[in-house]
Amino acid sequence: MQIKSLWACIFNRHVKQTSDDTSILNRYWKQPRPSEFLSQHAQTIRAVVGNATAGADAKLIDALPKLEIVSSFSVGLDKIDLTKCKEKGIRVTNTPDVLTDDVADLAIGLMLAVLRRICECDKYVRRGEWKFGDFRLTSKFSGKRVGIIGLGRIGLAIAKRAEAFDCPIKVMDALGPSGVLINIGRGPHVDEPELVSALVEGRLGGAGLDVFEKEPEVPEQLFGLENVVLLPHVGSGTVETRKDMADLVIGNLEAHFANKPLLTPVV
Amino acid sequence: MILALATKTLVSHIWRPPPISTKDHNRCHCFHRFPSFNLSFLPVLRTKYTVLDPFADPPDPSFPTLFKSARVMLCFGPKPVTSEDLDRYPSLEYILGTSAGINNFDLAACRRRGIRVTSAGDVYSVDVADYAVGLAIDVLRRVSAADRFVRAGSWPVQNEYTLGSKVSGKRVGIVGLGSIGSRVAKRFEAFGCSIAYNSRKQKPHVSYAYYANVKDLASNVDVLIVCCALTNETHRIINKDVMTALGKTGVIVNIERGPLIDEKELVELLVRGEIGGAGLDVFENEPQVPEPLFRLDNVVLSPHKAVLTLDSFAALEELIFSNLEAFFSNQPLRAEVELD
Repeated sequence: MQIKSLWACIFNRHVKQTSDDTSILNRYWKQPRPSEFLSQHAQTIRAVVGNATAGADAKLIDALPKLEIVSSFSVGLDKIDLTKCKEKGIRVTNTPDVLTDDVADLAIGLMLAVLRRICECDKYVRRGEWKFGDFRLTSKFSGKRVGIIGLGRIGLAIAKRAEAFDCPIKVMDALGPSGVLINIGRGPHVDEPELVSALVEGRLGGAGLDVFEKEPEVPEQLFGLENVVLLPHVGSGTVETRKDMADLVIGNLEAHFANKPLLTPVV
Repeated sequence: MILALATKTLVSHIWRPPPISTKDHNRCHCFHRFPSFNLSFLPVLRTKYTVLDPFADPPDPSFPTLFKSARVMLCFGPKPVTSEDLDRYPSLEYILGTSAGINNFDLAACRRRGIRVTSAGDVYSVDVADYAVGLAIDVLRRVSAADRFVRAGSWPVQNEYTLGSKVSGKRVGIVGLGSIGSRVAKRFEAFGCSIAYNSRKQKPHVSYAYYANVKDLASNVDVLIVCCALTNETHRIINKDVMTALGKTGVIVNIERGPLIDEKELVELLVRGEIGGAGLDVFENEPQVPEPLFRLDNVVLSPHKAVLTLDSFAALEELIFSNLEAFFSNQPLRAEVELD
């Protein structure tokens, strides 16, 4: 049975391939006139697939009276109006656990990249500057105190890795001028304008950022800073994990429409 | 966290040796280095010892009279110490190296003359191990390439970045399970990686899978980390066969010495896409880096800085002063190289 579902955002090729086998897709992100598209198809769309940047807000939910399930290609649910979904009996699923390792790996990678200036060094070599002199001393990573905000699955996975570097895990308090902030959670967790000024003015030692308030926009004042590493929300961006996430998204949709228990229900 | 701004002169850390009131010209060293290398704790050394520097500017007036009585050579950086160098200093009894590697010393010549040699031991091991892991994560997850992508303003235009490869759970192969290799292994284990290794001899109390030859190791892993010393036996130990065995999705990381890898072959395999990627801190002819690598996003390049942290150099300074005191008081030396 082919289910009409609304794909709210751009997906990589693997996910599109999987989903082409199982449902008719309305590629919402490709529509030149989205609200017209919505009114045209509103009576037939029974599922929405969102991700970390585009989900199902109250407006979209209200526009789709036949909506039964929102299956998110993410573990974060901040783009979904969960209260509204509960009210209307709409099921919600996400992709927990499968991306925990990737995000934790990247958090450690960012800490190393910032403290040891790996990206800066790569640029230094590519620009031909090594011929004129050695790079400067950088900061040791092993043994540094690591503070983690949020000791859920991802936080614990980060702690486990950091311990292998003999990093004591601390309760978070204020970072000083030698502190480094790593954000692999969500952009709005951090006051971005304040973060930018702290970095530009040297009140914060450095930052590794995979998420931003208004992705894909990144404050340009950060581009010239060598104590900052900027990534385009690739926390779960590996072939292996995106496949696992896609399998969960499709698996949840299939389970719902076959009246079977959902694999990873949130609501 | 302190970011030290150092040029070619290394910043001296806060550790200071105990003061000494008299200088004994018997405690005389020669300072062996390339002209561009310098030690900023040299002034501190000079308060305790007479240090003869052939590159002193202006030239050291005591050099011509005293160099023949120098008992210790402090060799800073990768400058070779040859048999001819040793001929120049007939009173030499001890050479203090400042690298973990001692491939630049003519050890046979040292052995013949009964000269003792110490290296930097494991003062750098933690930082180098951290760096090896950092390079591996960068290559697999494309951190440097993605950072360039964002800074070029490409994210709003292209919307999604190329997917990388998961680090956790990868099979990691370590060539040389010594001070650095064992620390690399411990770190990767926390990422759920399985560890296998090749070493001159199998280690008795180690549970990791052992492969007697590097090609077999490469055939059975996803990531190969080169952690062995450069010797006549290990020169180009990573050759075309090994890299082909590692395969199209395999990643290689080298934080030891450039000549351990056949660099020309490595570049060709990377350019042809026959190997998955590489993280390289060392090269055959530093600071020359093969230009075809500059166009590749699956390669991370680094200017031989795996050891360059304040902490490593503080530990090096402490080791140097400690070994000098030990030598002059006939105490055992730390990180002594076995010459037999």
